[in-house]
Parts: sequence; structure tokens; C-alpha cells
Amino acid sequence: MKVRLTPQGRELDVDGVKIVGDLLRRFSVVPGTVLVIRGDRLLTEDTALREDDDIELRSVVSGG
Amino acid sequence: MKCTRCREPAEVKVRAHNSAFCRECYVLFFERRVLRAIEHEKMFRKEERILVAISGGKDSLALWDVLSCQGYTTVGFHLALGIGGYSSRSLDVTRRFAESRGLELRVHALADEGLAVPDMMKATRRPACAACGTAKRHYFDAAALEFSCDVIATGHNLDDEAARLLGNVLHWQTDHLARQRPVMQPRHEKFVRKVKPLFLTSEYETASYAFLRGLQYVVEECPNAAGATQLTYKAMLDQLESTSPGTKLSFVREFVARGAAAFERPEGEGPGGTCSGCGMPSFGTLCSFCSLRAEVDRKLRSGAATRGDGASR
Repeated sequence: MKVRLTPQGRELDVDGVKIVGDLLRRFSVVPGTVLVIRGDRLLTEDTALREDDDIELRSVVSGG
Repeated sequence: MKCTRCREPAEVKVRAHNSAFCRECYVLFFERRVLRAIEHEKMFRKEERILVAISGGKDSLALWDVLSCQGYTTVGFHLALGIGGYSSRSLDVTRRFAESRGLELRVHALADEGLAVPDMMKATRRPACAACGTAKRHYFDAAALEFSCDVIATGHNLDDEAARLLGNVLHWQTDHLARQRPVMQPRHEKFVRKVKPLFLTSEYETASYAFLRGLQYVVEECPNAAGATQLTYKAMLDQLESTSPGTKLSFVREFVARGAAAFERPEGEGPGGTCSGCGMPSFGTLCSFCSLRAEVDRKLRSGAATRGDGASR
């Protein structure tokens, strides 16, 4: 599947992840620090993923 | 995962509340949380006129969206900081949001006065966030006065407040702890109350709301925020939150409810004078913003003189 990291603008191909929780662990992302977006929907950690998915991991952290 | 309220498939899990929600129920949950904070902390009433400080990010636009949908009278105020493409995009999304909803928006551009944040940084060698914060405080106060608003609302969220609280506690900044409140009362008749209606909603919650409501916001971070200490505190708090959901919420909520009183002190006199530069209340001849402006002007003049810019004129 294709995974886009925003706002970093990186795009990666990822294999072998079955659910959103696996994907977050693959990227060492702490749950609650990104939105996991597929199309016009947000995904929870237990959502099953498909090989042809196009996923956006959008950071929610702001400020300085 | 099912929605806690209606059992439809959930889109958002709110770990701090041990709940999950579908789109419709989440929007309702979020709105209720914000309205409850406004009422519980007595931030403002329906008949008051609210200046909403709009950066173009998820928090301020989510706040403006909730307030305007709930029938509050709002005036959006955007301070254009002059930080290259980031500021252009921030103004653009802010304008589009206001236009699409027919909301009143006022914009002030720092660059129009030669005070774009990068220029202030160069001229004064102050950290960008310090100059930016001074300018924002000044223009928010001035805008509330100019547009006859009763209160200024900002989009500071739970993560902002938790990170600030952690920093203040780690360094025992008792002066700052005394002033860390969701509602700050004015200390001069020309100033108005300042409130933070999102102080108990996390960044994840505001970002989820913004997305589910279809709000277009600037996702990129201010380029000057990179490496900011507050981001380190946020990352540490996120680690704590992941192993113990609800930590940030109880940290901030219980500080306000039970801890803050320990740091209270009699409010000192407010500013007794008037700034000779801008006419706003001031402790000295110049307010902190006009002092900053004077410093920038001096540096730019001396720089021009050094380069001989004025010699041929």
C-alpha cells in the first residue's frame, strides 16, 4: 500500500501490515499523534488494511 | 470498533474518555465538550461579541466553526506574520473559510509596517516566537478594542496547555503558573477577557473534528517552531498518554480545579499609563510591542546608515 506522511511530504510503499495499529508500530508513531486517513474517512487502530490502500498519516502536533 | 453511542462503525477513538465515535456522534461529542468548557469556566455569554484569533491551523478554525455554528457572534482576526509561503497559505485558508460561511474576518499584515517576523528576528536577534508572541498580544488587544469585542478567544488546546504546564512546573515558574488559566480577566478597561475554549480538547480531537467537518486548514507547522522546547514536552506527554490515557486531561483539568489556587496572588495594579506609540495601556512610556517596534526601527536605520543607503537621497 502507499503511505503518505504529511506535512513531511514523504510517500512510501509498505507491505505486510494487516491493521492500522500495525502500520503505526511500523512507523513508530504514538497513537493519538496522527490522523489515519483513507479517502474521506478516519480509521481507528483496529481497522483492516488492504494491499491497494492509499493511506495518509497526518500529524496533529502543532505549536512551538 | 463500534461507536459508543450508536454502534455504527467508529472513525475516532478517544482514549482519554475510553470511547469511540462515528462521524455524526463525534461532531456532537466535540461540540458538547467545547460548550461545556465555555459554560463551566464562564468564558462568555451568547450576547457577547467574540474576537476569535485565527491562525489558519486546525485548532482556531475548529473553534471558529463550533462558535459560529452554535450561534455566537464572532469576528475572526488573522495576523499575517509575513513568514513566506507558510503565512500566505495560512491567510488563504482563513479567507476561504470566512468567505464560505459569510463570517466577518479582519486581517492585519505585519509586513505592511515593515515588521514581518523574519525582519524582526534579524533586526532584534530575539527568538522568532518571542517577537511573534509580543506582536500577537498587542494586535489581539488592539483588534478587540477596535472592533468592539467583549472577549478574545484563542485556539490553545489541551496539548498546548499540558506542555506549558509541564514547562512551568519543571522550572517552578510560579509567576507563570499563577497566570495559566483558561480565562484571564482584563487588568485595564481597554483590555478584554481572554479565553481558551479548547483547553480540555486534545490536538487529536481538534484535528479529527476539523477533518470530519471538512475544514481545509494549514497542516504544515510554522517553520520557526522546529526544535521548540514545547514540542519536546509534547512528545514526552504523548508517551505518557500512550501508556496511561487521560494523563494530559487530568494534568491540566486538575491543575485548574485544584492546583492553581496555590499559586494565586493578589493581582497587581494593571498598566497605569498610556503608550506614547500606540495609545494602548502601558506600564512604561512605550508598551512592549512599541519598544520592539522602536528597536527594529533603530536597527534598520543604523543598518541603512552603515550601508550608506541614505547618502545619495
